[in-house]
Formats: sequence, structure tokens, C-alpha cells
Amino acid sequence: MSDGRKVLLLHGGLLAGLFALHFVLPAYHHGNLARIMVLASYAVGYNVLFGYTGLLSLGHALFFAAGMYGMALPLHHLGLPAGWALLTGLGAGAGLAALLALLALRTTGVAFLIVTLMFAQAGHLTILYFGEVTRGDEGFVIDAAQRVLWGIDLSAPDARYLAALALFAASLLACLALVRAPFGKTLIAVRENEERVRMLGYDTHLHKWGAMVISGALSAAAGAAYGLLFGYAGATFGSVQYSILPLLWVLLGGAGTVIGPFIGTLFMFYLIDLSSDLTTAYMLVAGVALIALTLFAPQGLAGEVRRRLWRWLP
Amino acid sequence: MTLLETRGLSKHFAGLQAVAGVDLAVTEGEVRALIGPNGAGKTTLVGMICGRIAPSGGSVRFDGRDITALPAHRRIRRGMAYTFQITSVFARLPVAENVALAARRHRRGADVDLAVHAALDRVGLGAHIDREAGDLSYGHQRLLELAMALAQEPRLLILDEPTQGLSEAEIAAFKALVRELAGTTTILLIEHNMSVVMETADRVTVLDLGTVLAEGTPREIHGNAAVQAAYLGTGADA
Amino acid sequence: MEIGPYFLLATLEGAVTAAVLALTAVGLSLVFGVMRVVNIAHGEFFMLGAVIAWWVAQAVGGHPALGFAAALVIAPLIVGGLAAAADMTILKRLDYDPERTIVATIGLLYVIQQVTLMTYGPEARPVEAPFGTRLAIPWIEHAEGGWRLYWPWGLSTTSYKLAVMAAAAAVLLGVWALMARTRIGLVMRATQMDRGMALAFGIPVERVYALVFGLGAGLAALAAVLIVPIRQAHYLMGADPLLLSFIVVIIGGLGSLPGTVVAAVLIGLSDGIISVFFSPTLAKIIATLLVALVLVFRPQGLFGTRAA
Repeated sequence: MSDGRKVLLLHGGLLAGLFALHFVLPAYHHGNLARIMVLASYAVGYNVLFGYTGLLSLGHALFFAAGMYGMALPLHHLGLPAGWALLTGLGAGAGLAALLALLALRTTGVAFLIVTLMFAQAGHLTILYFGEVTRGDEGFVIDAAQRVLWGIDLSAPDARYLAALALFAASLLACLALVRAPFGKTLIAVRENEERVRMLGYDTHLHKWGAMVISGALSAAAGAAYGLLFGYAGATFGSVQYSILPLLWVLLGGAGTVIGPFIGTLFMFYLIDLSSDLTTAYMLVAGVALIALTLFAPQGLAGEVRRRLWRWLP
Repeated sequence: MTLLETRGLSKHFAGLQAVAGVDLAVTEGEVRALIGPNGAGKTTLVGMICGRIAPSGGSVRFDGRDITALPAHRRIRRGMAYTFQITSVFARLPVAENVALAARRHRRGADVDLAVHAALDRVGLGAHIDREAGDLSYGHQRLLELAMALAQEPRLLILDEPTQGLSEAEIAAFKALVRELAGTTTILLIEHNMSVVMETADRVTVLDLGTVLAEGTPREIHGNAAVQAAYLGTGADA
Repeated sequence: MEIGPYFLLATLEGAVTAAVLALTAVGLSLVFGVMRVVNIAHGEFFMLGAVIAWWVAQAVGGHPALGFAAALVIAPLIVGGLAAAADMTILKRLDYDPERTIVATIGLLYVIQQVTLMTYGPEARPVEAPFGTRLAIPWIEHAEGGWRLYWPWGLSTTSYKLAVMAAAAAVLLGVWALMARTRIGLVMRATQMDRGMALAFGIPVERVYALVFGLGAGLAALAAVLIVPIRQAHYLMGADPLLLSFIVVIIGGLGSLPGTVVAAVLIGLSDGIISVFFSPTLAKIIATLLVALVLVFRPQGLFGTRAA
């Protein structure tokens, strides 16, 4: 079997499996998996920048929250239909990413990381500052009546699961297409050795900018979908924690692999879910995982699989 | 026709004059060797030509246009290729992908594969196409650099000490390759190995302390007393 | 209260913030300067200092001054020791790779914070100040027949707050003396300038790093002990000092101690004063954006002259 067919089989198989699970999962896990697929789409977006381009951002919550509020505010306050609201959410995240990339990409390394952190912090504080429209930390619930897309009621569990799957499939396939396209391959080369790419005649700055816009747009799409599917928007989704979580998911699953973000999100979601039954200090799991991963498995789960078994894993 | 021309090109780093007012004119199709003792400013000079280093003064013309203000990638796109003095391949990517990155700038689809194979065969790395670049020996990595440059099909090929670390047989193959390219590709070659210079270069420019000490055919340079004193006489690198 | 006395009060409160902030930020700056490590867990070391201070004060009992004095010594030592241990077990094994150490310190942040939540709990608890005489401050006003002195209601500070400022100043002088005047300071500065060269000269760089990381965390803990009689100990209290320290260190010029102190005083004072006129949230938005823009356009900091 050619490598291309293996890749298709693996990722197609994952999507088919997720579709099959729709019919067999008990309600609790069915609901969890819908949430995981949306969050994994966010991680896929994060991975485009971190895993493939080699840029460590600590501010992606800004794009996730921009997508969420870009969708929820016009929907809630202006009565915009859900379909259009998703687009405004996507546009808000992508536009913000395009603008901030212009500034943040003037820096490199640690400075880039702090700049993204600070911009996201400013964004989070801005949500809190305009508490009258955003309802701050408390957030606001989106009416079930407004969560209807093309006549489908997204507040119903079945429709919600399938919508989450559709979003995840779109993100996964977009990522797969990206890393197999010349643009994506150049991004990987930028991660490996930016100066060499520049001296091959590529505008590396433009490539990094493009990566950040794609990454921001995917994150925003996930944020908008999260708000619409689960009927809630709150400032927590713009906090530092939501910038660190995708980093954690991607590190765990395997940075720079297409399937890694999903694996990482799945594992970490259930790990936190299980430990929150035991203690309120469930974020301890996240902390321990971050340290253990950087120390012992910087490649993550899928990265280890690629290193040991399947060299063709994209 | 002059392909590359520098006028008064200078660079100083914190008071140290690395390159001082270099005028250089390279004709299309010529193989030009750039020699000089360590610290003479050779790498700084070609760095300013291909845009890695911003000059403190002077100008660079390429193919009849002033490119002094252009960033490096735009200069490369105009038809320059640069190989690094310190090997700088993509160590964690396959050999084929290293060359494909260079080829993809002006090719698409199956065309890329053809160019990759052609470039690797030309430098004798055809057998290593599927290996990870970082697993190659040092000499092979230098040849890979060369293949990456060839795959760009440049009009001006800038080679910074390409034979350093190569075996005798590989050096002989390199000389043959340069002779093959001569006439179609203009080559600017920084080289310490005098046999490579004598056998491949049409003209030689000698740099010392950041200025042009002498310029001429290899034979003229070989007989030049000033060069003997400044460079060959000390014999450290020759 | 009129604007004049109000302003003076805000300045006094700001000076307390500035004093504590300067200590915390100098700790962060020291770690970045010498080790090139961005310590995201710095705020948690601060929090740990306050929580340990509460524990020590509880354990000692008796006159508040006794417990406080014990905390002043014990908390920074424990926190410094923990930090040094974290350096040796985690950061050292990452070879101080900038990005991986940052990820690890984020992990450390959650570990410290969540373990504190599990043991100390979610409550905010006060530590009693060792002393705290109320000092009313006079103001002058123009009345009939000329200027006169009066005591506006609410315009006061405490002897403890003044002591905090003095203590912070003394500790900062001590840090400066340590860096500039002692052998260990010389070793630290040599390591900062060129790690490889320091190794070549036989400086035990690994031990210097552990020491610096411990010292940086200890300074944060000390700052927390000083502030805990004024603000209570809580497991989430590390976020603000972390953010403010970042702002200060970046604006002051990464790794520059004098720049850090100047920036801490400016930010601390303006934080107090701006909060009087604007909402604290708006002040923070402006500050974070300022930091981002400084890094983008002036990475050497507003006061620095050398490239960071």
C-alpha cells in the first residue's frame, strides 16, 4: 500500500469511526465526544502554527474567543441568523489573527510568546471591561430558538454531535490538505530552518503570516461552533487557560501530526473529567502532564508512533 | 554582459571594517573565484551580494538592476542561489524534500520530482534520495547543498567553500560539475583549495583586509608577488 | 475628600504596590537575566510565600510580630529551596531550552497552584501585621486669613506600610550589593554574559543556576510575606504579580536590574493613581498592550539601551 493510501485510510477511518460511535455511545459519552471534537478542531488550528510552523503562541484563546463572541454577540443582541453569525465569528478571528500577526511576527522566540500572551490578556480584559454586552465571567446563554442552522436544531444532541463531527472533519481534512500542499511543506521547512528557506527564495515572513491567519481562522471556527452548539459564551474562554489547553492537547497528542490534536484532546478531556470527580484541583493533572511531556515525551503520542512505527504519518 | 556588479560595497561591524569599498564585476557565464586569507571579508561580501547582510555603504547590481534595497528572498527569486559555508540542510527532512523545496519555487507536480532526481544524480546523491538529510555524512551534506542550489536553476550560483570536507574523489567530481555548468551558469566561488581555483576559475579576485588586492586570470594571480606575500606566502590555507 | 489629599493617598498606596512589585520583578528579572529562562510560575512562588507565611504565623502563635518575623525568614527559604529543587529536577534536564522551559514552568504553575488548593483550600486568610499604628497625614488648605493645616478624614497610612517600603528598599540594596560587590555576584554576572566561557573557567554553572532560580523565587516569596498582612493569602493570588512583573521586566529592559526597579516604581505608582481615575480593568488593558508594543517595537525596553 502506498503511503498516500495509508494516510487516507487512517484519517478516513477515524472519521468513519466517530460517525459510527454516534449510534452506539451512551448519552454521557456522546455529549462528551461532541465537545471533544469541537475542542480538537481548536487544537488542529493551534497545531498549524505550533506544530507545523514552529511558532509557540500563548495567546490562541484570543482567536477562540473572537470566534465565539464574533458569533454570539450579533446573534444574541442583533438577532443575526446562526449561519451568518458563524461567518462573523470566523471573520472576527481571522481578521484579528491577520492584524496581530503583522505585529507579533516582528518578534521571534520568547518575545513572540510573550507578545501573543499579552495581546490575548488584553483581549480577555476587554471582554470583562465591556461586561454589559458580554456579561463578563458569568457569560450568557444563547437561546435554543436561535441555534437553528438550515432548519436543523443544533441544541438537540443528535444534530449537535453530527455538526461537531462535520466541523472536526472539515478541520482535519483542511490540515491534511495543507501539509501535503507546497505551502504547508514550506511551513514545515520554516520550522526546521527558517534562514535556509529564506535563502531558497521564499518570503518566510509571508508564510508565517499565512500560517497564523489559517491557525486563527480554524481556532475561531471552533470557538464560534462551540458557542453555537453548547449555547453559551463566557469570558473564561478568552482566559490564559484556554491558550494553554490547546498547547497541552497538541503536546500530548503529538505536535506536527494531523491526528495528534484529536488524540491529545481526547485523552486530556477524560483525564480532567475523571480527576474532577475526585478533587476540585483537577488542573493539577494538566500541570503534571505538561511537565512530564516536556521531560519525557516531547514528541507526544502520535509523534512517538511516527518515530517508532509509521514514518509516513503526516 | 555584466551579470553582477558591486560598487564601493562596504560593511563595518562595531568599528571593525570587514569589507571596504569593493568594486566587483562578474560577466555572464564566467566562473569567478574569490580567494583570500581567513577574515579577508569573503563571506561578508557574498552575504551582502545575496542579501543576508545589509551593507553599510555601496550598491549591488544584478542583471542590470540595482538590488541593494531588495530583501534576500527577492534577490534569490531574480536568479541567485547561495550555498552556506556551514552546512545548512533541513536535517530532519528527507533528502528528496530538501531538494524539492528548492525546485518547487518555479515548478509544480511531477515536474518537481524530475528536477529533484536530476539535481541529485548530478551531484552523485541519487542513491540517498529517501534518507533523512541529517543522516548523511558531512561531505554528502555539502553535496546536498549543491543539489539544492542546482535545483533552483540559478543564473548566478554563489558557492561558499563548497569543497571543504569533501574527499579527493568528490573534489574531482565537483571540478567536473563546475566545468559542466560553466558557460550556462555564472558562478561566484569562495574557495581555499587552490587546485579547484586553478582548474575551474576563469578569473580570480583576491580579497585581503576587506579590499580587492588583485584580480586576473588564475595564471596571473599565481604569479602576482603581492598575492604571494599576502596570501599564498603565508600559506595557512592554501 | 478633595482631589489633592485623594491623590496623595493614591500615591501612598501605589508606593506600597511599587515596593512589593519591585522585589517580585527583580526576582523574575534575575532569573531571566542570568538563566535566560522565562519563569511563568513566578507568581505561584509569590503565592506560596504568602500561604507559607500564614501557616508559619499560625504555628508560632503568641504575639503577631513573632509569627511574622518567623515567616519572614522561613517562607523565602522554603520557597527558594523548592524552586532550586525544581530547577535541578526539571529545568536542568531540559537543557534550559527557552520554549520547553516555558512550557514546563506553565506546568509548574498549575502544580503549585492546585496543590495549594488541595491542602490550603480556597479560602482567603489574613496574617496579622506585627505592628500597624495608624498615622494621619495633614494637608494644607487655603481658608480665610491664609493657609492652614488640617487632617482630612481618611487620609492616613500605617506604620506597617511605611515599614514595607523601607524593607523593600533595603532588600533591593542588598540584592544590588550581592550582584555588584560579592564573589557570588561576580560569578552570576560571568555566567550571564557567557555560559560557555563560565563553564570553561570552572564556574559550577549548574549550581549557579539553581541558586539564581532559588533566589528569584525567594525574592517573590519575601515580597508576598511583606504584603500578606495588607492583602490576604489566597491560592489564586499569583496571577496579578506575575502579570505586573512581566510588564515591569519588559518595560524596564529584560534582565536589567536598575531598569526593572525604575519600571516597578513607575508602574506601581501609576497603577495606584490610574486606578483612582480609570477602572482597574482599563488600566490593565492599557498596560498589557503597552508591553506587547514595547516588545514589538523596542525590545530593549523603554529604559534599556542595549539589545536584550
